[in-house]
Amino acid sequence: MVVRRTAAQETRADRVFRALADRTRRDVIRRAMNGTLSVSELARTYPMSTTAVQKHVAVLEKAGLVRLKRHGRELLVQTEIDAVAKAQALLVEFERLWRGRLERIGDVLAETGEGVRP
Amino acid sequence: MTVTSVHRDPVARTLTIVATFDRPAALVWQVWADPRQLERWWGPPTYPATFVDHDLTAGGRVTYYMTGPGGEKLHAWWRIVSVDPPSSLRFEEGSADDSTPTDDAPTTFIEVRIIETPEETTMTITCLFAPVADGEQVPGPDTEKGMRLAVGQIDAVLGHR
Repeated sequence: MVVRRTAAQETRADRVFRALADRTRRDVIRRAMNGTLSVSELARTYPMSTTAVQKHVAVLEKAGLVRLKRHGRELLVQTEIDAVAKAQALLVEFERLWRGRLERIGDVLAETGEGVRP
Repeated sequence: MTVTSVHRDPVARTLTIVATFDRPAALVWQVWADPRQLERWWGPPTYPATFVDHDLTAGGRVTYYMTGPGGEKLHAWWRIVSVDPPSSLRFEEGSADDSTPTDDAPTTFIEVRIIETPEETTMTITCLFAPVADGEQVPGPDTEKGMRLAVGQIDAVLGHR
């Protein structure tokens, strides 16, 4: 069964893809791994207004990729390490799978293209 | 076959593997275009794949199952996004119950690029993994809007724009 979604039914996958589609937002995720940078500190590293950076951070927060922590007067941005760690574990598994596939492609080509070179 | 580079990016959720082959691009392409060749390498030796439908055209569907050691069958599908033989193929992959796509399983976008030089043929595989949260749905093969959205965004994540 396939459920058709309406525009209102945006999934987490949609939100994450949208969040990751922007270079600045991917950069924010990397910089905020330690959770020690505030929104205003982050804003100083990009050629854009604090408001624009706040908007990027809000998109990331909505996608569950970062969370905000109040620290005195500052709002610190913390990457959701768990999401990144899970992705890393997944990537390691898929690397293993693809290395195996590429080995087997090599074997198939060794037979099918004997003597044929580019 | 030589794997020349592997790049894992857990932030962008992508895996990029580059391999070279001492065969022309036309032959490398055949390992994707010929389902009988595809069956020889897609599944691990313990889970050989059998391709049922294999329509390698834009919007086309590929279905296959892998048979495990105990005879169990794991079904999956591809939805072809674009094809340009012998140099590129892009598709979404997901798992299915029998032949029915499931809504709650993660999907993967896979891009294959094949480039031939006088010395060798390079194949670059890039995979983008959709996140899945408990009880939340990811775009299935028939959710057109979700597909269009995701395809536009894979371009951005992979740096094509």
